[in-house]
Formats: sequence, structure tokens, C-alpha cells
Amino acid sequence: MSREMTGAQIVVQALKDQGVDTVFGYPGGAVLPIYDELFKQNDIRHILVRHEQGATHAAEGYARSTGKPGVVLVTSGPGATNAVTGMADALLDSIPMIVLTGQVPTFLIGSDAFQEADTIGITRPCTKHNWLVKETDQLSDVLHQAFFVATNGRPGPVLIDIPKDVQFATGTYRGPEDAPALPYRPRTEGDADMIEAAVEMIETAERPILYTGGGVINSGDEATRLLRELAEATGFPVTSTLMGLGAYPASGEAWLGMLGMHGMYEANMAMHDCDAMFCIGARFDDRITGRLDAFSPGSKKVHIDIDPSSINKNVMVDVPIIGDVACVLAAILERWKARGSKLKRDRLTGWWTQIDAWRAIKCLTYKGSETVIKPQYALERLEALTRDHDRYITTEVGQHQMWAAQFLHFQEPKRWMTSGGLGTMGYGVPASVGVQIAHPDALVINVAGEASFMMTMQELSTAVQYRAPVKQFILNNERLGMVRQWQQLLHGERYSHTYSEALPDFVKMAEAFGAKGIRCENPADLDEAIREMLAYDGPVIFDCMVEKHENCFPMIPSGKAHNEMLLGEASTEGAIDAGGGMLV
Amino acid sequence: MNALNIPQGSTAHSAYSLRSSLAEGEERRTLAVLVVNEAGVLARVIGLFSGRGYNIESLTVAETDHVSRRSRITVVTTGTPAVIAQIKAQLSRMVVVIDVHDLTTEGPSVERELALIKVAATGEARVESLRLADVFRARVVDTTLRSFVFELTGPSDKIDAFVELMAPLGLVDVSRTGVAAIKRGPEGM
Ligand SMILES: Cc1cc2nc3c(=O)[nH]c(=O)nc-3n(C[C@H](O)[C@H](O)[C@H](O)COP(=O)(O)OP(=O)(O)OC[C@H]3O[C@@H](n4cnc5c(N)ncnc54)[C@H](O)[C@@H]3O)c2cc1C
Ligand SMILES: Cc1ncc(C[n+]2csc(CCOP(=O)(O)OP(=O)(O)O)c2C)c(N)n1
Repeated sequence: MSREMTGAQIVVQALKDQGVDTVFGYPGGAVLPIYDELFKQNDIRHILVRHEQGATHAAEGYARSTGKPGVVLVTSGPGATNAVTGMADALLDSIPMIVLTGQVPTFLIGSDAFQEADTIGITRPCTKHNWLVKETDQLSDVLHQAFFVATNGRPGPVLIDIPKDVQFATGTYRGPEDAPALPYRPRTEGDADMIEAAVEMIETAERPILYTGGGVINSGDEATRLLRELAEATGFPVTSTLMGLGAYPASGEAWLGMLGMHGMYEANMAMHDCDAMFCIGARFDDRITGRLDAFSPGSKKVHIDIDPSSINKNVMVDVPIIGDVACVLAAILERWKARGSKLKRDRLTGWWTQIDAWRAIKCLTYKGSETVIKPQYALERLEALTRDHDRYITTEVGQHQMWAAQFLHFQEPKRWMTSGGLGTMGYGVPASVGVQIAHPDALVINVAGEASFMMTMQELSTAVQYRAPVKQFILNNERLGMVRQWQQLLHGERYSHTYSEALPDFVKMAEAFGAKGIRCENPADLDEAIREMLAYDGPVIFDCMVEKHENCFPMIPSGKAHNEMLLGEASTEGAIDAGGGMLV
Repeated sequence: MNALNIPQGSTAHSAYSLRSSLAEGEERRTLAVLVVNEAGVLARVIGLFSGRGYNIESLTVAETDHVSRRSRITVVTTGTPAVIAQIKAQLSRMVVVIDVHDLTTEGPSVERELALIKVAATGEARVESLRLADVFRARVVDTTLRSFVFELTGPSDKIDAFVELMAPLGLVDVSRTGVAAIKRGPEGM
């Protein structure tokens, strides 16, 4: 199928043919022709954000909660530069996203024209690939290729820069099936010998662990199902990174909780002491490994990853398997059954006894209070009062994010949206809006810190405009809490610029936005206040005043090994040596 | 420094071996990268190296197949085996990259570089430069009464050696192409 159309019409047609139903964007001079075409149709819904960074994070929330790519449309110059943070965020967290930017007309490129920026140059290192389209005839091919690149292999953001004259000019539209194939062809099936080697390791392991990550969620629902089947079939314990929460259910028997810097004691100890590690769609991030030379010294390691550059990047592994999680797990289970392998519970009894001993430490224990709300308590109550809802959680970045990962429990994938790799404060508010747009009837809560919230809080106005009833659950400690914690532990309690002296009245602010504001200061009032938030049919800012100097534990200090974890405030003194300060 | 201004440590194996010495555990590799020749492709490849802190010792790029728009990039890099493996994996996953070959490890290959070297000298130095050019089989491609431009083709260390020898004789400028490399034998790349 090919037809003559303007460039702007080609953009809208390609989006429709790619199954796009929602675009997050912000107009400006260089994208006016595309906005004109959006105006004339009803298949694609446009969500007008309040800042282009908000559009990118909303698209990330949309993408992560649906498994579909998120689409962003912004103007040239400042529109494009404002979108940079979200692209860098999506690149590190493997989120499929298509960003369309307007550009000055081709004949003005390079002349410092009004709102000209070298968008391709600026975004090259923060996209998986980007294109400047100089001819209308090439536009549809590039658009279809862009969707392919964003969603295949390791997913990520792509950008298409479209000069205004290319939007106005007429060219030929070709459908997705007619776009020429790129040389980029990521491999999805694992190598048969490696799969056999992995199955042999499963059969002989005595102290195994499944270390799962965001790649399981990227791979899709089938990967989640197969992971659960594998855990069931083998009886192996399961831990996950921050990015993989929900792939294995938190209520599952084999669940050890999150691992890593602020992960569970049992998960980190099991990683350290295991003899067989099965890394499934995770990337040995430094928040996971701690000190590299002390990372799980006695184990043989299998690594399943679709991106060959993830293999042996930080940790050398014995059995690398390049492929898609779902394909590889299916092959492993198929070989496991074909070889007549059986679950050998008695071989694992000793290991589970050890794990239970670590669990008995109860590493999340904190000192409760009857007078101030402890942030952990607030999240425990939030969990208790919302776990039966159709619930999606987003977060900002900081202590509250880690507490949310520890105290909220996820039974399904795609229910937890957080900025892990880039750690972008300001991610959560727009992400919650994006999630709510995709799931209008669900309960969407952004667990926030007051400092992060203030970075993108203008998106509350978007939420009000589109009747997205997002709940902003702010754990307000009036501090840049996570940084303050580091200053306390690492910089001699010199709290350099981590106290926000002047904060707005969030209740009044909510009202000014046309939302509802609730403040809670007393632990005794908390349940009632949360119920009030849940009962309100519209956006809410919940200002939960919490303990100001609470620290987030457990914690593996930078530069330390997994078995040198800090469990509570009492044990922290002198625990981080000077070298650790470098790593942050 | 000796009379010929040859930097210290440069004559590890022979008079021709003047490349900088490698750090402990590092290796030098010549990679041939076949890419789609689209706008900005070189910036992408260079950006990968600078952004991730990889070394580039030499880089040569030109279109090699006009019809199917293919360019060949030859890059000489150094790093530990783990870093080299990362470089290859990072290059391979780029959308514009069709193929990556490690010419240093995938069997024997030929490497050549071309240089134009200008020397301004009179009297004994002028005669000496011509005599050395003959020894190196450099050709004279431009001459005036006070200068020569020599053209020299060969492995990089041969060019290094010649340039070093010209330095005390009146070296003015050097223009080098960077390394072009190809596998020996009938197979491709
Ligand atoms: C303040 C703060 C503290 C943090 N503390 C922790 C912590 O304590 N614990 C923790 O876990 N994290 C923590 N993080 C997050 C951390 O920085 C990393 O983002 C996270 O650990 C990476 O998760 P991952 O390894 O699952 O990889 P992801 O970033 O999710 O990457 C996914 C991997 O899977 C691969 N992949 C993608 N799709 C597929 C597919 N279809 N098939 C196969 N493979 C695929 C990708 O190539 C990639 O290698 C923290 C972040 C912040 C901001
Ligand atoms: C955009 C951005 N700037 C700075 C940082 C560094 N940083 C990490 S956590 C943090 C404090 C977050 O404070 P808040 O949102 O109140 O959360 P809390 O840690 O108090 O729960 C800062 C400044 C960051 N991650 N992102």
C-alpha cells in the first residue's frame, strides 16, 4: 500500500499503523503541521503535558505499564532539549520510546535559526538510535524502522528529527510491512550448547539462586510465566533487582525480596554464598554487585541477556546465553523436561535452612513510634490498605523509593515503575500520569519525596485536565533524605544543602491545582487519611509528614561486599572507608 | 633523547618500533567495521569511543561500496582483552553497523598507512634526508630548492621511524592517512 500525503499526514498515518493510541506532547512552531493533522483525527489521543520532560516520563510510565512503546511529540530547540532527561532515563532502564521532534526547515539548518538546536548531536548518546529525515519520501520508512529499533533487542528510546519543510512537503507513504529491513537483527534464540550447560548446572546446583531483572519484564508476560514455572520446577530461591519486581510474585514461596545496596539481607547473603547463579535479564549493576572482587566469589554463573554488550561487562560469567528471556527459558525448560530432570528438594534442604536463618534476622525491622509517622510504617499501612486494589505504583528517587521497594509487594509485572538506572528525581509525577492514562480505572499511586515531587509537580495540572485521579503519596521529611543519609554516614554529619527551608503548603497547592490535599502528621490518623485519599475520585496530594532523620536500611555501603551489610543504625559507625565515598 | 630525537622507550624491538608502549595487560587491536554510510555515522562511532572512554590510536574511514552505501572504518585501539571484547560488542549492537572484525586475532592481515612528509633543508641535511628516503623507499612527490615532500607507504611503525629520522633534518609537517587493513588470503574482510 502506498499513497501520496504530506509529511505531517505521514507521521500520523504511521503512528496509527503502528497501533499508537496515545501521544504525550507539547506543541511549538516546528511541529505545527503535525499538530494540525492530530486535530483532524480521533484515533490518536494527545495528552498535553506541562513540560517536555514530563512527556517523556509519562511515555515511560505508559510503556512500562502496558508493554507497548511510549510516543512523545515535541518542538525543536528547547522542546527537544527538555526531553533529553527522559531519553537518557529510558535508555538506562530499557524502555521502548519513540520521540518525534520538530526541526527548523532543511534550508535553515546550520544557520542558528530561531529555535534551532543540533538535536541529533545532542541526543545521539542518549538514544538507541536517531534519525534526521531530510526527505518526505523517506519519512514513513524511518518511522516504521524506528518502532522496530525501539521495541526489538534491548528496548530503548529512539528519536526522529523532522524539519518543518519535510512536514509540509508531499511524499509517498508506505506501510510498516514495506519498510526496508535494517542490518540491526538482534538474536532471540539462545545457543543450544549453552542452554544444555545451563540445564546441567541446574541439575547439579546445591546452593542455587535465580537473580532476575528488568529484562524479564521487557521480554513480556510469557517470560514471567516461564520464570514462575522454572522456580516451581527447580525449587530454587528467587531474588530480583529493583527493575524486575513483580516478575516473580512477592507472595511466592521462593521469594527472597529485592537484592542489592538496599536489598534484603537474605537475598544478598544468598547471592554471596551461592554455588550457582542464574542471572536472568539483569545486568550486574554496581548497586547489585558491591565490591566487584568480592562479588559471589564461589559461584558459577549463567547470564541470559539479549544484549551481547551486557555479557561480561562487569562480571565474567561461565555460561553466557545471548537471547530473549522467554525464548531461552522455554528452551531451558524444554531440555529440563526432555532430560527427565526432577526437582530434588532434599539436595536443597541445607540451602533453604540457611536461607531461613538469614530471613530470621528480619532485616527490615525498624523502631516504631507513636508520636511521629515512620516512613516505613506509612508504607506498611499503604500496602495493607491498597493490596487488594488494581494497583500501579510509581516512585520518585531517594529513600522513599527504596522503602517502597522494600515495603510494597508486587504480585504481577508492569505494576512498578521507577527510575533505576539514571535515578531521575521528577520521574514519578509524570510517570504516574502516563500510567493512569493507560489504565484509567486503576489505582495509581506515586510514592514521592517532597524534593523530587517539586521537580515535576506541574504535571498535576495535566492530571487535573485529563481527569487522571493519580495519588501523590509524599513522604515529607523536608530533607533531600537520601543525600542527607550519605552525608550522615560518610561526610561527618555535615548536612551541606540538604534541608529545604521553604516548602509550599502542599494541601493549599493541591487545591490551587484543582486537586485534593490531605495532610497527615499523626500515626493514629494515618489509616483514616489513606482511606480518604483512596475514596476521593480525583487527583490527591497526600502530604505525609514523617520522621526527618530516618535512615534507609539494610544498606551495603559502597565499596563493600554483600556479606558486609549494615542492618541498623547501631552498626553504622565507621562502616564506610574513605574509598567508598568515591563510588556514591 | 639522543641525537636523532628518538623518544625514550621507542626502540623496544627494532629501530622501526616506535609506537608508544602499552600499559600492563593491554593489547593493540585493529578492527574493521563495516557500516551503513549515512549522515553522522562517523560521529556515532567516535562518540561511542569517547563516551565510554575507549582509546583510538588511528581511524580511517571511506566509502567502499557506493551502490549499497557501505563504508569501512578501520580503527586501531588499545585495551585489556575485556575492554576490547566490550568495544566489539558495543560496536556490533549499533543500528548502523553491519559487521565487525578483529583483524589482529582473526588470522593474518596486512596493514598499511600512507604519509606525506615535508622536510625543508639545505646542504648536508638535504642530502641526508634524500639518502634516508631512499633507504625507506619513500618517493619524492614535490621538490623545491629548499624542500622535499616525501610520500611513504608502509606499516605505521615504519612511518614513525622515518618521521623521527627527519625531525633533526628539518621536518616541517606530516600528513598521515591512518591505518587501512585487510585480511590475508581469499576470504572477505
Ligand atoms: C537511589 C537508588 C538506589 C538503588 N538501589 C538499588 C538496590 O538496592 N537494588 C537494586 O536492584 N537496584 C537498585 N537501584 C537500581 C539500579 O541502579 C539499577 O537500575 C538496577 O539494579 C538495574 O536492574 P537490572 O539489572 O534488572 O537491569 P535493567 O536496567 O532492567 O536492564 C535489563 C537487562 O536485561 C536485558 N534485557 C532487556 N530485554 C531483554 C529480553 N527481552 N531478554 C533478555 N534480556 C533482556 C537488557 O539488555 C539489560 O541488560 C537503585 C537505584 C537508585 C536510583
Ligand atoms: C535530578 C536529580 N538531581 C539530583 C539527584 C541526587 N539525589 C538523589 S536522591 C536525592 C534526594 C531526594 O529527596 P526526596 O525526593 O525528598 O526523597 P527522600 O530521599 O527524602 O525520600 C537527591 C538530591 C537525583 N537523583 N536526581
